[in-house]
Amino acid sequence: MSDLTNLTLAEARDGLKARKFCATELTEAHLAAIEAARPLNAFLKEMPDRALAMAKASDERLARGERRPLEGLPLGIKDLYCTEGIETTAASRILDGFVPPYESTVTSQLWRDGAVMLGKLNLDEFAMGSSNETSAFGPVVSPWRRKGSDAKLVPGGSSGGSAAAVAARLCLGATATDTGGSIRQPAAFTGTVGIKPTYGRCSRWGIVAFASSLDQAGPIARNVRDAAIMLRSMAGHDPKDSTSVDRAVPDYEAAVGHSIKGKKIGIPKEYRLDGMSSEIEALWQSGIAWLHDAGAEIVDISLPHTKHALPAYYIVAPAEASSNLARYDGVRYGLRVPGKDVLEMYEKTRAEGFGREVRRRIMIGTYVLSAGYYDAYYVRAQKVRTLIKRDFEEAFDQGVDAILTPATPSPAFAIGEKGSADPVEMYLNDIFTVTVNMAGLPGIAVPGGLDKDGLPLGLQLIGRPFDEEMLFALAQVVEDAAPKAAWPERWWRAQDKPHPLFGFMKGTVQVAPGADLTDPADPDWGANLER
Amino acid sequence: MSVDTATVRRIAHLSRISVQDEEVAHLQSELNAILAFVEQLRGVDVENIEPMTSVTPMQLKKRADEVTDGFIADEIIANAPRREDHFFVVPKVVE
Repeated sequence: MSDLTNLTLAEARDGLKARKFCATELTEAHLAAIEAARPLNAFLKEMPDRALAMAKASDERLARGERRPLEGLPLGIKDLYCTEGIETTAASRILDGFVPPYESTVTSQLWRDGAVMLGKLNLDEFAMGSSNETSAFGPVVSPWRRKGSDAKLVPGGSSGGSAAAVAARLCLGATATDTGGSIRQPAAFTGTVGIKPTYGRCSRWGIVAFASSLDQAGPIARNVRDAAIMLRSMAGHDPKDSTSVDRAVPDYEAAVGHSIKGKKIGIPKEYRLDGMSSEIEALWQSGIAWLHDAGAEIVDISLPHTKHALPAYYIVAPAEASSNLARYDGVRYGLRVPGKDVLEMYEKTRAEGFGREVRRRIMIGTYVLSAGYYDAYYVRAQKVRTLIKRDFEEAFDQGVDAILTPATPSPAFAIGEKGSADPVEMYLNDIFTVTVNMAGLPGIAVPGGLDKDGLPLGLQLIGRPFDEEMLFALAQVVEDAAPKAAWPERWWRAQDKPHPLFGFMKGTVQVAPGADLTDPADPDWGANLER
Repeated sequence: MSVDTATVRRIAHLSRISVQDEEVAHLQSELNAILAFVEQLRGVDVENIEPMTSVTPMQLKKRADEVTDGFIADEIIANAPRREDHFFVVPKVVE
């Protein structure tokens, strides 16, 4: 049987339906892949027993002819989603030992629809980061490497574990969250598809809060169709989240393949940055040509307040974070460091429990909300946010159906390369994605090809509120037109180290026990190449 | 606007995060880098612009004022680092 981990979510679903394999085999294949991929550090917690039990239950249902939308499909869960009875860390030491007595709404909907949980995925601490380097449990290593180099690259962040696991074929899809680009930037860095839906489309209940007016859940998947399948299960109204919207969830998969003829695509001139790499500019031009060739009308638009989005975000998001993270006090859950009085206990607990980036953001947020600075920083940033949203509304009022931009200003960088001296250097990663959160709009990142070093580059499509279907239709056109890139070689598998004799050949060398590889008469001479 | 070392200590205290003396200078430079970055917002004309209060135009939902949950004290204190019966235990607050 070919490797089941190479299937897309849709192919696996159809294979289960056609009884080509069973859910248990599918789950076992992914569990083995996860075990072999530990050097990537994508999973914080592997859950083989739970996964196999869920797969067995799916097989029993399938045998009875019952099939729910995600029946038997193994997924990874970002460790920002609370999972009942399973330790949830937000990649922070401050939640040490926290075992939620409840399940997040989004994950409960995945299990309702039959999905199998493989484990919990690594992330930047409290989702604060763009490289997965702020995790208290170490960085995630991207499955992608530059051509001819074995330098370890970041998978992006904060959903770095999710993106790496999907690109490395450790799970068929993964949940993620996006506050300033945390779904779309890692998707762009790893050649995967990630969608941040409209604010209010998915329930935030049971997801560890970072900045509540910006946070949204969404999937990272291997292609556009898979993302559409996952979002349908993740979205929906939840009375437990007062900002979740009571609106029917469409069949997003049906939108995949829709004609885009006559659709108006806006190209915002403000996203052309000084000194932007020629490869990013070329990628953007290719995206424009692909949509044009498929019948879309391309129009130039202006979003004049774009350049203010990132600074405004770095006021609003830390302000909300400082308030949300006030709950970690060493009293109700997680880490507690003793002190001589309650105040010292709080201060020591929070100093030891939070990492550098989180401490920094809490302090910035505290400062901009403090007496005397509130109007100058926070209120002003919220006014700028009104202007950013108005820019988009004016573009949509002119009949624009969606907006095309690059997803990131650069391809993936190496671990340790950015942000060590100046935190703002890392923040600039989110320059194209953060506007979308500030305006509450849906945005999707879809691969557009590889750069000169063989690393993925992504395009972003931004839609009208609650028009995710338009994004799926457009993203599918990009996916079909973009040059096909093979998934990265599984270099992280110990057993895949180049064979001393046949290392010049790519792929896995499988030989029969006792085979004499030096004897041309042996049937294993030259070996079987499994790709 | 930039912060001095006394302000860094004051923010840390307001944030309930203890800082060591040797961390202050570094924190000060990081916070000032971020504040310098957001400084450009001063140049934006926000005259007569309302600050955003809700990103989606929606009324906050209301529900009937009735008890929908409760009697889960065991679950609520289950994760507490220190607890006694159904109480969270903290260092003595009132002398």
